[in-house]
Amino acid sequence: MKIFVGVDLGSTTTKAVLLDEHGEPVGRGITNSRSNYEVASRVARQEALVTARFNLVRAALAADPELESVAEGFLPLLERTFRREQYREQLERLRVELQSAARRDRHREIHGELRDLVDRIVAEMDELAGRHYGALAVRKSDFFRDLAGADYMILAERYARPGEIEFETLSGLFDRAILPVENSVSETSVEDLVGRALDAALTTAPSGGQGETERLAVAVDEARSTRIEEVSSVGTGYGRQRLPFPKEQIRSEILCHGLGAHVMFPATRTVLDIGGQDTKAIQVDENGIVTSFQMNDRCAAGCGRYLGYIADEMNLGVHELGPLAQQATTCVKINSTCTVFAGAELRERLSLGQKREDILAGLHRAIVLRAMSLLARSGGVEEEFTFTGGVARNPAAVAALHQLVAENYGERTVNISPDSIYTGALGAALFALSAERKAA
Amino acid sequence: MSTELAQLLERVRALFEDVDFTAVREWKAEGADRKAVGHMPIYVPRELIHASGMLPVGVLGGGDRLEIIRGDAYFQSYICHIPRSTIEMALTGRLDALDGMLFPSICDVIRNLSGMWRLLFPDRYVRYVDVPQNFSPDVGGAFWRQELEQLLDDFAGLSGRAADQEALRRSIAVYNENRREIGALYEARSHEPWVYPASELYLVVRAGNVLPPEEHTELVRSYRQLAAAEDRHEQDLSRVVVVGTFCEQPPLGLLLTLERAGCSIVDDDLLLGQRWLTDDVSEVGDPIEALATAYLECSCQTASVYQPEGRRGAWLVESVRRNQAEGVIFCAPSFCDPALLEQPMLVDALAAAGIPHTQFKYAENTGQFAAIREQAGTFSDSIRLWSDA
Amino acid sequence: MSPETGAPPREIPKERSMLLQKEMIAGHYQDLASAPETGRKVVYTFVPGNLTELMRSFDVLPVLPEINALQSGMRKLSGDYISEAEKQGHSEDVCTYVKCDIGMLKQGNVGPTGQPLPEPDLLLLSYTGCFTFMKWFELLRQEYDCPVAMLHVPYQADGTIHDHHRAYVVEQLESEIIPKLEQVTGQQFDEDRLRAELELSAVAEDDLVWVLESAKNVPSPIDAYFGGVYYIGPMFTAFRGTQEGVDYYRTLRAEIEERLAAGRGPITPDGELEEERYRLVLEGPPNWTSFRDFWRMFSEEGAVVVASSYTKVGGLYDRGFRHDPSRPLETLADYCMGCYTNLGLPSRVDLIADYIREYRADGFMINSVKSCNSFSVGQLLMLRQLEERTGVPGGFIESDLVDPRYFSAANIKNRIESYLQMLEQKRGTAA
Repeated sequence: MKIFVGVDLGSTTTKAVLLDEHGEPVGRGITNSRSNYEVASRVARQEALVTARFNLVRAALAADPELESVAEGFLPLLERTFRREQYREQLERLRVELQSAARRDRHREIHGELRDLVDRIVAEMDELAGRHYGALAVRKSDFFRDLAGADYMILAERYARPGEIEFETLSGLFDRAILPVENSVSETSVEDLVGRALDAALTTAPSGGQGETERLAVAVDEARSTRIEEVSSVGTGYGRQRLPFPKEQIRSEILCHGLGAHVMFPATRTVLDIGGQDTKAIQVDENGIVTSFQMNDRCAAGCGRYLGYIADEMNLGVHELGPLAQQATTCVKINSTCTVFAGAELRERLSLGQKREDILAGLHRAIVLRAMSLLARSGGVEEEFTFTGGVARNPAAVAALHQLVAENYGERTVNISPDSIYTGALGAALFALSAERKAA
Repeated sequence: MSTELAQLLERVRALFEDVDFTAVREWKAEGADRKAVGHMPIYVPRELIHASGMLPVGVLGGGDRLEIIRGDAYFQSYICHIPRSTIEMALTGRLDALDGMLFPSICDVIRNLSGMWRLLFPDRYVRYVDVPQNFSPDVGGAFWRQELEQLLDDFAGLSGRAADQEALRRSIAVYNENRREIGALYEARSHEPWVYPASELYLVVRAGNVLPPEEHTELVRSYRQLAAAEDRHEQDLSRVVVVGTFCEQPPLGLLLTLERAGCSIVDDDLLLGQRWLTDDVSEVGDPIEALATAYLECSCQTASVYQPEGRRGAWLVESVRRNQAEGVIFCAPSFCDPALLEQPMLVDALAAAGIPHTQFKYAENTGQFAAIREQAGTFSDSIRLWSDA
Repeated sequence: MSPETGAPPREIPKERSMLLQKEMIAGHYQDLASAPETGRKVVYTFVPGNLTELMRSFDVLPVLPEINALQSGMRKLSGDYISEAEKQGHSEDVCTYVKCDIGMLKQGNVGPTGQPLPEPDLLLLSYTGCFTFMKWFELLRQEYDCPVAMLHVPYQADGTIHDHHRAYVVEQLESEIIPKLEQVTGQQFDEDRLRAELELSAVAEDDLVWVLESAKNVPSPIDAYFGGVYYIGPMFTAFRGTQEGVDYYRTLRAEIEERLAAGRGPITPDGELEEERYRLVLEGPPNWTSFRDFWRMFSEEGAVVVASSYTKVGGLYDRGFRHDPSRPLETLADYCMGCYTNLGLPSRVDLIADYIREYRADGFMINSVKSCNSFSVGQLLMLRQLEERTGVPGGFIESDLVDPRYFSAANIKNRIESYLQMLEQKRGTAA
């Protein structure tokens, strides 16, 4: 299978999308953008390759009508098994780094105990790993840093011995060890991990009988042996001067976003993207080609990060803000979306006795108003209108946007895709594909 | 509070809160050919508009009563707020009652706003009013007389009614009286600030931006009498002069906050255009000459006007002394070049005169005053301690 | 305006005109440094509406605070100077040219060549196209306690110089500026000398216009923004009305003629541009603190600026204005009133729209600087109007003149690249 890769290096997450030669998406991956962008890009790409491989398995299973009943249970099992293997592999790397951190001079006096304790904690984390990837497990995050970090901290707290081995010492070890783990790519290839997971899944899969197991093995083998050939790739991203891609393979994220939105919703003419650090208003023509765009200036007021500050200030998760704001009975007028003053403004309003949900409703409206001015600068809101980025998942922001767009531009179709986070990467992959087509 | 005073205050508050200029619309509706000409803050020769049979209307931004939806699209984040709300009002039809618009030379923002007006509203009368920065009668005076003549011609075209000398002299008299009445109110407030709280006085004076001057003069007079008749008790507050508010207006909440924080405003540069001339314009002789001379000789001092001689700040120190103020509050709009560039010079002048001061910034739509209340309260306490010592 | 003074930038191949300019400027700063000994009088004044010929006719030496500020920016000193001024009570919100100048003054007033600048004998406040100038000199007056001559140049809101505007400026020259120059220098005004200087100005102006208009060729032999700021240097500063100025522009013109005949592209920080891929018109001043990086963001993509409004802040010579010795004071008045930032927004839109057409530009870009409201207010509307009128897409970037805190390289680069790729993509579909 020939594939075309698009990678979008964002301020918080890095995404990869794979297209086949017909332009059909065959895989996608996401990871947190760490300090090492190159690794982040490689991890996202690997994740995408994994999903591509799983999709091959899915297709192979679907091709055999006899396997219909098995397929349903097998694929999730395969994925869980893979994730667990991957987690364990990273855990082992974490253990090595923790050990090396524990050997540092500053811990000389507690050296031995510390190293034993680290091993003990990691061993328990390994046992807990199964729980993360059980059939009914709900994971708060898919990133190793978050999952392992949470387990580690609980265990560190449990095993810390005040006066001897402090919790802070243990958490310091983790902070030190996680960076190299995140910033390197596993020696074990993804293909090997998928292979291992397939083997494991085949042995544990509830079998309907000998014939079925064999057919399953055949289908899996076929999927496994299909060669995935990367033809070309295009990278995009914002916030850094140097992207880890060759110059000729870089496309502006604005162009990628425009094209990606066009592919998701072909009638799109206006795109709004509110991400963590920046907001973009883009106009595209009937081919998804950007005709005009505007971005926020260096001030990140009104971007997703602002909601992050507010959530921290209220001790809430970012995803809880929108639903809470929707319970508002009135909308408090907020005049500033300055991230610097967000906390102070919030505290003052709360101290004045204003209700949390009403303030939040005002905050969401203020953010959308900022976006409205960028939209106006870029040329307005044309039919259809596609909204992407992290803030597009926030129902209160979406509601405020609907209302303001309707008031100022009339009724517009507002498209929001659950996969909107991949918009830029999708556009990038399309650029890779179209460059190849042009060359051909 | 007497019913009459309460009604008067209710009226001026309603005029203030109305960002649709209903009062102007109503005035226009009373005559088929009535026209109104808007102007941005600080000085324009309103006498010329009035003498041409039109209503001069002060456009002082949308304050905190207007949500900015379109206006922000035209201005970068580092520009002050008044042009945003002004454009917002224009684009939403709120300024449709204005048949023309004047932009006095306050700063580069208001200057360029005049050009934006030309581009956005090519069918409306727009003029940038470049007041002279040379104060010699033969030089700046000659230039200004010609500008005034041209304005008068423009107004004749706009209103269809050329103002004769008699009409001009009448209008000069009307505005002289208006300024005298406002001056008397400021004077009275300086003596007994507790009788005329800044938040009331401000609204009463501000009403003159949308009312015919004759009516406004009466309103100011009634207010002064009604407030004086109230049994208002002297309060132990610090007497302060507020400076920096000559263009973009602070929200009313800010004035209330200062009072609640223990500061009694005894002088300010709010609504400066209505009090621009410090003396009467001659009601005899050539009216254009009279207006030009008044501008050259009787303009008050503010950051937007070049000061040929002496050091900046003498007038501020003078105001502090005359009004027996104990301190100065610099209260400038964010990104206001004239006010903020001037501030270090004024601070030096105050320091040399041993006058305490404090400073903060606002925007016309600032919604929170906790920090300002804190700061003004501390300032008020400190100057009282200081003057007790 | 000429950023070239002390050490020339290493990477730029030095041409004869550049060396010449460097010598001229070094000489000028030498004259300034030795003014206390030679007794020559020093006048501080601004670039827009500068009265160089008139000052020269009194033998005074001009100091231009904006030039000092932008040079401090290029030499990475402005950040410190600005902090110094902010420590002294200047607001973070206001013009950084002013704060940079005040900070430099507070730290010893050492000029770009490392020599101290002499104190002014006169502050010649040409209030042309910028409100901040007025406050700037009021601030300087507090520091120096020297006379100020104020020239109020009426704004060209409707794009026409009215007779009474001209008369007003001439009256001020006669009643305010010239008497103060006479008083400070002890010399009588010499109209013949002024005429002779104006004549030299006009000669140099012809050559400058030829150089700027050489960018109408495709490909262009010059960059009319990043290169342009060097070309306008002598004309906008101390060398109008001098033989040196005439010689400089003659040399420059000959170089560009040669460059054009040889089909060579403009000079960039990394040598000669090999392929002109985009032709742009640029509105707004450049950023000085990262001037070279900023330039590279264009040159590395093959983007050439073929016309710019910034190179007109010291006069719109390419629209026909020439200093005219037959009407010396009137011509100075017309000069002042015609400077770019003294023009109303409609005139600015007209000018840029004309440039886009005449210079066959693929696009136009606005660099909106935080410091300069005179330039910046209304630029978003200009953007929209220009797009509507020309059908050419515009780009918008934001930075500052000399405040390093307001140059976000990643944000700016992202916008420039996105914009150029958008032009490229459009071209792809059109073809």
